[in-house]
Amino acid sequence: MAIIEVTDLTKKYGGRPVVDGVSFHVDEGEIFGILGPNGAGKTTTVECVEGLRRPDAGHVRVLGADPHGPGAAELRQGIGVQLQRAELPDHITVREALGLYASFYRGPADPDELVTRWGLAEKRDSRYSTLSGGQKQRLFIALALVGNPRVAFLDELTTGLDPQARRATWRLVKDVRDAGVTVVLVSHFMDEVEELCDRVAILERGRITALDTPSGLIERAGGAQRLRFRPLAPLDDSLISGLPGVTGVSRTGGQVEVTGNGDFASEVTTALARNHILVSDLRLERAGLDEAYVTLTGSTLDTEDAK
Amino acid sequence: MIALTLMETRLMIREKAALLIVILLPAALLVGFGLSSDGTVDPKLGQTMAGFIAAIGLGIALAVIGFTIVPATLATYRERGMLRRLAVTPARPHWLLVAQLVVNTALALVATAVLLILGRVGFGVPLPVSPGWFALAFVLTLAALFAIGLLIAAVARTGKTGQGIGMAVFFPSMFFAGVYVPVEFLPRPLQVAGDFTPLGAGLHALRDSWTGETPTLLHLLVLSAWAVVAGTLAARFFRWE
Repeated sequence: MAIIEVTDLTKKYGGRPVVDGVSFHVDEGEIFGILGPNGAGKTTTVECVEGLRRPDAGHVRVLGADPHGPGAAELRQGIGVQLQRAELPDHITVREALGLYASFYRGPADPDELVTRWGLAEKRDSRYSTLSGGQKQRLFIALALVGNPRVAFLDELTTGLDPQARRATWRLVKDVRDAGVTVVLVSHFMDEVEELCDRVAILERGRITALDTPSGLIERAGGAQRLRFRPLAPLDDSLISGLPGVTGVSRTGGQVEVTGNGDFASEVTTALARNHILVSDLRLERAGLDEAYVTLTGSTLDTEDAK
Repeated sequence: MIALTLMETRLMIREKAALLIVILLPAALLVGFGLSSDGTVDPKLGQTMAGFIAAIGLGIALAVIGFTIVPATLATYRERGMLRRLAVTPARPHWLLVAQLVVNTALALVATAVLLILGRVGFGVPLPVSPGWFALAFVLTLAALFAIGLLIAAVARTGKTGQGIGMAVFFPSMFFAGVYVPVEFLPRPLQVAGDFTPLGAGLHALRDSWTGETPTLLHLLVLSAWAVVAGTLAARFFRWE
């Protein structure tokens, strides 16, 4: 069941469309990713869905209601939002902030439980201004969840977190999803999206250029896999190049690289075994989402970021 | 809403600077000048030095609240995205404005009570002789200053700008209201100009009602006009993000 439906969403700033005819839906219980370079319109899109911005054209339904319509107040009981840029007063403590936000909702989560789950127990009575970047980020995620939302919007979830904290955060976000909360994740980190998302929309210059599961996107980008190895005995390329699924064989120094798709890798290893050719450094590489992204969009996020 | 107001109260108490300037500074002025004067009625001021300083202290407290605390706090809250953050919860962003005004009204009342009691007990300054007029003058002055504070918060992009504009309004206001030099000693044109400033009109009305005179209609009208005009402009230009 679609918990969010967006149809032909358009938002212009100064006559220039920042979001240009975007349509997608988010199913209940999934983690839906919105991936794209800075300035692609990701944040504007989710802000229209959250009700922070009024679309210039198109329709948005969240939990069956229009974020700017009569059901908006009820809708806000059911969503939790972590904004990309939002801060708290310097002197408020972690526990106070969670308690205050909990008071806004009819059926809030237990702030103390959230404090523990998000690793802020030692900081519960610390003031906001004394928290590290990572602690602030975790507090914002906890604040997004304190209302026991049905849909959580997380914008640039792991910005400012160290690698270890990122992985921990990913695990917790999966727990959130497993508890039945639908998650909309805005990100420009490939690994994060690949790790977490059930489906991903790639947004570029205000338009969705691809929408699929992460593995679907990788598949669609060619899904090429590479098998590399060093033969320990002379190897005739023709032995391999004719095998089903193999698309190419090349050599660099003593290393053979075979590209292909489907089950070509086991075909290759079987053929090698049959011919009693021992190999070393055997590695199978599967293209990741970042390679797929480059193939699908013709650019990398990094170069877009630099603009 | 109540939770927000209580939280804003706690935050204000933690922000000790505001309390020091609004409550302790006027009280300290009253004690300092009260102790160094002989308690006779100054013919030109029409009241004792202590009575005059108590009124001036009240003017300072209200001006600090309206011209600096309100705009700096609200502009900071907006700059930090806190108003937007509230917009995506069942709470409404304007609750935070209301909470701020409630807390600052409470602060103004505390400052007033401290000055009234300290003046009465310590230096024989009579309590306001016309309490009804005094209350009206207090309410109108606070409304005018809050409206200006909100207007500054509306146009200032950041908390720092808000504070800067507030200061730029604060110091000339103090001059025209006769805080540095009593208005009675200012040249006539400056006195007239002062009558039309919010703090000038406010202090006139507060001093008049304190000493038992009826505030002049001009001053009450000037205060009302500031409240309405600045309040309308603030509502028109206030940005939530």
